[in-house]
Amino acid sequence: MSRDQFETDDEMRLIAGLALGLCLACALAVVVGETPLSVAQYAQALTDPASPPSQILWMIRAPRVGAAALVGASLGLAGAVMQGLLRNPLADPGVLGVSAMSALGAAVVIAVGLAAAPWAVEGAALGGALLAGALLTVLAARLPEPQSLILFGVALSALGGAATALVFNLSPSPVTTAEVLSWLLGSVANRDWTDVAVGLVPAAFGAALSLWSAGALRMLTLGEETAALSGLPISRLRAAAVAGAALLTGGAVAVAGVIGFVGLAAPHLARGWVSDDPARALAPSAIVGAMLLVLADLAARTIPSAEELKLGVVTALFGAPLFAMVVWRAARSWRS
Amino acid sequence: MDALAVEGVRVLLGGATVLDDVSVTARAGEVLGVVGANGSGKTTLLRAGLGLVRLDAGEVRLAGRPVAGLGEVPRSRLAAYLPQARRISWNLPAWHVAALGAPELAQAHARERATAALDDVGMAALAERGVLDMSGGERARVLLARLIVTGAPLLVADEPAAGLDPDGQFQVMEVLTGRAARGAAVVVSLHDLTLAARACDRIAVLAAGRLVALGAPAQVLTAAVLEQAFMLEGRLTPTPFGPVIVARRHR
Repeated sequence: MSRDQFETDDEMRLIAGLALGLCLACALAVVVGETPLSVAQYAQALTDPASPPSQILWMIRAPRVGAAALVGASLGLAGAVMQGLLRNPLADPGVLGVSAMSALGAAVVIAVGLAAAPWAVEGAALGGALLAGALLTVLAARLPEPQSLILFGVALSALGGAATALVFNLSPSPVTTAEVLSWLLGSVANRDWTDVAVGLVPAAFGAALSLWSAGALRMLTLGEETAALSGLPISRLRAAAVAGAALLTGGAVAVAGVIGFVGLAAPHLARGWVSDDPARALAPSAIVGAMLLVLADLAARTIPSAEELKLGVVTALFGAPLFAMVVWRAARSWRS
Repeated sequence: MDALAVEGVRVLLGGATVLDDVSVTARAGEVLGVVGANGSGKTTLLRAGLGLVRLDAGEVRLAGRPVAGLGEVPRSRLAAYLPQARRISWNLPAWHVAALGAPELAQAHARERATAALDDVGMAALAERGVLDMSGGERARVLLARLIVTGAPLLVADEPAAGLDPDGQFQVMEVLTGRAARGAAVVVSLHDLTLAARACDRIAVLAAGRLVALGAPAQVLTAAVLEQAFMLEGRLTPTPFGPVIVARRHR
């Protein structure tokens, strides 16, 4: 890919700085945990792969941190794509109903008792997301106006939500209900490296489609008709953006369940650094999203409580006030 | 060959006939004005000319090629559009918006073209300012700069002078006639008939979706046409500063 038209050296520094921040957050999240370790044990973790401290750091905490980073980056990037595509600062990966359909897929599999089958829940979640994504991609080609996509997404969301409630309603045992609910609240607990590797596949395809559509997101700032005569293959790129966001969201839900707020908040944090440009906001949104979720998961597992806090709960509890502050500052520019 | 050829076009929107059997062409090097009362079909004609509206009859060709069969990218090499709505979703700096006229250019070159175009429309001093922090008139000029940056052989502008101060209106038309002088075909819809009479080489007058007159301003803006298309009693009057439409409401 050639150098972006509006990229500056400042932005390369921004991305480098954010990436460094993410590395530090990941390191902190691997080092800190429920089980306190002594300096000698940390040393042992680095030198002796078979030792228990090494197992804790590299086989329990690190994949969990990796899963959080992957999910956070996917949601942050999907949110940035949705906000750019719909030209709406309120858009997030959930707005088009992709999360709801993904959650429905997982809920059905859990309710029919297939949760124990390998990859069944993840596959169903991704399947639900892809179904929603396919419907939305077809629709986006026919009705390019953002409000039609949003309204269709609202309908899909409501349908997914109602069908998930129906699964609760009809599920034979309260245990199943609790299991579905727990999954719906989102978590990266007990994820291993295989989970991360499998989650990387949809995320990589989704990210590639999203980055391909970046120029179109920027052009759509000027409206559909200007974009249609702008020299970019807008219809194709719009479809790529929808499909990319759906893959990213579906992949994230498959790995960690439904986690709100990161996809909404990360692009807002990022946009201020890139002169509001929806194209250049993509990479920073992904990194900020990863950082937010790694730190939120660290909080979820270290805040003392009887049962570990759910990641989706933590992101909303900490994210909402932070987000309100960001919006307060940004709202000035929306007034005109 | 005509940059734009609209032939026998009819457009129905929501069951109403918005354009009825309209034929008009735009040639390289000329400014074609499209005038008419509100709802007479000006915007629909411009959009039809760009292939943005489904036609119920007739044909539109850009540089001789039927617009219906053109892909998005080939079409954008033949024509660029400045819509009437001046909504910009994000607060991009003015020069970024102008540079969006040439998304295929490398950074340095795009910036150069954008800066030159902003200078043309009198916005060079505000090149770094966010477009949402600007007044409506300033934003309109930035969007005109983007249209110029495209360098397309056919420039279609829907009421580019609306809402601008008097000097701004003249400046916008100067910029567009300047593009025509350099070989572009310019199609522009206008409400200000005096401005149209001075800036346009030919004027197409629409009334209720039909083309009622087409030709040089002095031939077209007659008392009869003013009455038919605008319900005005008046005429085009020469003055030392150029022709002026003097009119009152028809009684």
